[in-house]
Formats: sequence, structure tokens, C-alpha cells
Amino acid sequence: MAIVIFSILIIGGFYLFTKNVIQIRSNILLGRDIDRSDRSSERWRTMILVALGQKKMFTRPIPALLHLCLYVAFIITQIELIEILADGFTGSHRLFRSSLGGFYTFMISFIEILSVLAFVATVFFLSRRNLLKLPRLNMKELTGWPTKDANLILIMEIILVCFIFMMNGADEVMYNRGISHAAHGMKDSFNFSISGCLGPMLFGGVSDGSLEIIERIGWWGHLIMVLTFLNYLPYSKHLHIVLAFPNTYFSNLDNKGKFTNLASVTEEVKKMMDPSIDPFASIGNESEVPQRFGAKDVTDLTWKNLLDAYSCTECGRCTSSCPANQTGKLLSPRKIMMDTRDRLVEVGEGIRKNGKDYLDGKSLLGDYISEEEIWACTSCNACVQECPVNIDPLSIIVDLRRYLVMEESKMPTELTGMMSNIENNGAPWQFSPADRGNWVNEL
Amino acid sequence: MTTPFQVATMAELLAKGETADILFWVGCSGSFDDRAKKITKAVAKILHACNVKFAVLGAEESCTGDPAKRAGNEFTFQMQAMMNIQVLDGYEVKKIVTACPHCFNTLKNEYPELGGKYEVIHHTQLIQELINQGKLAIKGGDLYKGKKITFHDPCYLGRANDVYEAPRSLIEKLDAELVEMKRCKTNGLCCGAGGAQMFKEAENGNKEINIERTEDALETSASIIATGCPFCNTMMTDGVKNFNKEQDIQVLDVAELIANAADL
Repeated sequence: MAIVIFSILIIGGFYLFTKNVIQIRSNILLGRDIDRSDRSSERWRTMILVALGQKKMFTRPIPALLHLCLYVAFIITQIELIEILADGFTGSHRLFRSSLGGFYTFMISFIEILSVLAFVATVFFLSRRNLLKLPRLNMKELTGWPTKDANLILIMEIILVCFIFMMNGADEVMYNRGISHAAHGMKDSFNFSISGCLGPMLFGGVSDGSLEIIERIGWWGHLIMVLTFLNYLPYSKHLHIVLAFPNTYFSNLDNKGKFTNLASVTEEVKKMMDPSIDPFASIGNESEVPQRFGAKDVTDLTWKNLLDAYSCTECGRCTSSCPANQTGKLLSPRKIMMDTRDRLVEVGEGIRKNGKDYLDGKSLLGDYISEEEIWACTSCNACVQECPVNIDPLSIIVDLRRYLVMEESKMPTELTGMMSNIENNGAPWQFSPADRGNWVNEL
Repeated sequence: MTTPFQVATMAELLAKGETADILFWVGCSGSFDDRAKKITKAVAKILHACNVKFAVLGAEESCTGDPAKRAGNEFTFQMQAMMNIQVLDGYEVKKIVTACPHCFNTLKNEYPELGGKYEVIHHTQLIQELINQGKLAIKGGDLYKGKKITFHDPCYLGRANDVYEAPRSLIEKLDAELVEMKRCKTNGLCCGAGGAQMFKEAENGNKEINIERTEDALETSASIIATGCPFCNTMMTDGVKNFNKEQDIQVLDVAELIANAADL
């Protein structure tokens, strides 16, 4: 019976997860194409340093260390999950113990120590967010769901650790009494680093029957938490634990100051500058809808921008380093990423329900991100520099500006003047081009 | 002091059948803004003192298109870029030095895709090279000896192009004490002028960015704020004035520091 329930849970859990992953993938692919298939060795190196090695986290050492505890604990605990899977499908108990021997004791002890560290880190993160009220974790864009999401993940983490110690602790006491299923009839200790003493301390006075129940609650609880977590991820900011890897792999490897070149504009400009081109000649396939300049909605952004949005864990390092945000302006690079993701989810759902040409009359620019926000950006790249998973909020801001300027001619009036000065005098100010060389006479 | 000298334009050199080793891209600030012109002259004096065979475009130079591009006007940017590339290619320019990180970034990173491929360096990099080659000696060097100098990283030089060391190495050659602001290098705070902000009022907020940055500089108790960008220079100068500190604190370009120390 247990094997059947177990199998249903596992298959169901992984089925739902796969379905969500496919949906996220199709949402990301709604974006425009951008080539990030070059320089693969450099890309692997970036991914290993930034995602696996968490290089950029360490600019702030204390949270980096605590985050590292959580991260390593998370990865290593998956080894225990392998045993849970093996036990679940075969109906055995601690299947690997007899074959691995001392190494098994070492592995579980190691997992236990990491779990304690993860517990400490989680408590620290919860109190930093809710008691210390760290400014970057208490900004207005986090009101409501994002704050709940963050706390929920941390609480799930704590529950998971509790289940691990219920399972191992109760089993330890059972082993002490000679009733553990791991070694029938033998009275001994597993000698695990933490549960070896924590188990007898907590459960020493519990009856044999209750111990069995506590151990099973721990075991099933662990499994259910993992499956819940897995299926919660696609709806959560916590998706970064998976997407940090592809996102850093596909990072922009060029100098940060280089903005993309709009090839469609290049064609137009070349036509304007080439006297031999017939201006009245047909412009190719007329049924083809010309692509919009810049971005008004998420589908005008590149798939990398959209992958960025799903990879964002809303840590707010970008926003806390943003000069505009620090001086009280409306712009928050984190909000740009959160808005992009929220809008993408909305567009994706609309398309799935109503077909691929569905329009809901809303757009990223206007309904989510205001013009005031994007005009406050100094393009200083601090947000890009800060992001621990190489997200680029600036490229979204620039694409939104491009849409406003080139499609709607909407911009602060001073900028209209600046641009016409460039076009007329070749300088952003009203100076005569003939005076450009005047300084040489002042030497 | 340098005796007056002539700066040739590429057109003049071509007429004489000569070429320049390097083009000095002056930029709009450096050409028209009175404060920035002083930086331009300092760079020209250094190049002249080092016998660098350089020239300028003069009236043939035009805005790189940087502010238009940052503001989202790709049309104006590409028009400017293609016109400039035609001029640069016409003179077969190979190497460009500029004292403006915005021009530097645009010429270096954004012109190649439009066909303009040049070796582009920032003036602090070139001056560092010249000093290392022994072409420029900082005589006596007492002018800035022991003075506290802080360096404000221009975003388009630092984060945008990873140039952090060249300007700092020049300050160290002055025998001065280089003091870093709490936010420097990759963490440096913008002066507030980038992304076409130089040309518009800031959005509503509770502070101007250059004031925030000037506070960082004041905390170091440096008597000189060095920069490597004409826009940063303007913003920091305004910031210092805002605190009524213009009598105590100078805002100078690294090129000016070097030119002064070398008594050019």
C-alpha cells in the first residue's frame, strides 16, 4: 500500500513539475531571438564561477556565507532524497546503509550538520526580513505576495529540516531500543553527528509506538515537502535555484557599456545615406508586418530578458545600488524584473487560453512600468554589476525607452531638444559646428 | 609652461601628405564646454610634450550619438555613427584617444557593428602608457605631494569597460595620497549624468544624485576630487558648490593633474 501511495505521489509530483517547466519554457520563448550560442567555453566558465561558485554573492560576505549554507545543504540533502526514493519504491529502510557502511554514517552526519547550518541561516534570513526590517527586503514593490512568497520558502525550509531530524532522531532512539527497521533486533547507535544526541534528548521518553509514528511522519513529511517545494518553485521567486545556471550561461559577455545595435534601423539609415538607392522602390515583402522598434510589451523583449525575469529572486541588490532609487526616484530595477515576469505570466496564460494572437489590451509599458521609472535611469550599470545571477535590467529599460522615443516620440521635452541639436548641429547643445575647433586657438 | 603650439586637423595633415599616429577625439563637452575645454587643452599639452603625432577632426567631428542612443533614439545615433565612420575611414584612422568615457564607450563598443573598427583608448590609458615609456617626466612632483586625492569612477569607464587602474596609477605617480570613497571601482556610485540625464531635469525624488556622490567624496576629506569624464566633472563641481566647499576642494581631471604636475 505504502509503495502505491509513494509511487502516485512521485509520479504526480514530477508530472506537474514537468508541465510547469514546459509552460515556463514556452513563455520564455515568446521573446524575440538573440544569439547567445557563441563563446561556449567562456559561458561555461561564467556559469561555474557565478552560479555554482556564487562569486558575485561574496561582495557581501555575511549573507553570502549563510546563503552558501542553505545552498550546499540543499544540494547535499538531495543525496538523502535518493535513498528515500529507493526505500519508497522497494519498501526497504535505509537501503544504502549496509552496503556503504562507514561512508553512510559520514554522509548522513554531513547532511545533518549542513541541515543545522541551513536552519540557522533560515532563522537569520527570516529575522532579517521580518524583525530587522532590512530596507532592501521591505520596499513597496514587495508588498503582498512577494513578501509572503519569501517567508513561505523560508518556513518550508525550516519544516523540511524538522522532518529530517524527526526521522533520524526517532530512528536513533528506536535503534537504541533494538526496534529500528534498519537493523532488526540490534541495540546500537547510528552514530550520526546531530541526531545521535538530539534524538535521545527529544524522543528518549516517547513510547515505542509513538516513535514509529514520529519516524514515519519525518520520512513522509520530508518527501512531501520536497514534492511541494518542487511544484511551488514555478510560481515562486525561488526558481532562481534552477534558472541561475542557464541564466549565467547565457549572460551578456560583451562590455557592459555596449548597447545592442538595432539592425532594422541600420537598414533604414543606410537607405537614407545611400544616394544610389531608389527611395520609392518596394520595401520587400509587403505582407510582412514590420517589427516594432524597442519594446512595449514582454513579447518585444528578447528571450534572455524573459529568462532574466524568471531567474530573479527579488534580493534587491540591484535596487539598493541604483543611484536613482537611492535618491528617492520611482525607479527600482528589481521592480522592472518583477513586472516583466508578472506580465509574461499573464500574457502566457492569455495565449494558452485564447490562442496565439490573443491581445488583452494591456502592455508592460504603461500598465506595469511607468514612463517616469524608465526616464530616471542613468544607465550606470550598477544593477547589472550587482546581480548575483547576471540579470540585466538595463537592457529592458533601454528597449522601453526605444519604443517610447522611436514609436511614440514621447520623451522629456529637454531630450527632444538635445536630439534635434545633435541632428542639426552635431552636438547635444546649440553650438555651431564651425566653432568645434576653437579651443586650439586658446593653447 | 608649454610654449604655444598648433594642433593640426586631419584635413591639414592630409593636405600636407602627412598622417597622424593617433586621432584625438575631443567630444562635444571637450569642444564647447568652457570647463571641459581645459581638460582638452591639458590632454593636448601632454600629447604635444610627449611628441605624439596626433591630430583632431576639428569642424569635421560630430557627436558620437551617445546621448541619443542612451535615450532610446537609435535613428539619430546610427545617423551620427555612420557619418562619423565615413569621416574616420576617409582619413584611414586606426587609433583614437578620447577624454570622454561616453565617446570612448560608443566608439569602442558600438561603432564596430556599424563598420567603424578602430583601436580606442581613454586618455588616462594613453597617458599611463606614455609615462611608462618614459616620454613624460613629472618633474619635482611637489605640487600634489602628500595631498589627499580621491578618484570618482566614471560609469562608462569603470563598470561599462572595466578600466579602473589606469587613472589610479596616474594619481599614484603624483606622490599624492589616493583615498578611496566607500563606494568605488565596481561599486562606484554614478554622478547622475549618464543615460542622457545630463540633458534633462531629474525625475522627482528626495535628493540629487550628484549631491549623494559628493557626500561620498567629502567623507574622504580629500582636497581634490579627480575624475576622468567631463560630465562627472560638471556634476561633482556642482556638488562641491552645493556644500560651499569650492574654496577647499578642487574637482580636476586626471589629465589636468598630470599636466599641472609636469608643469605643462
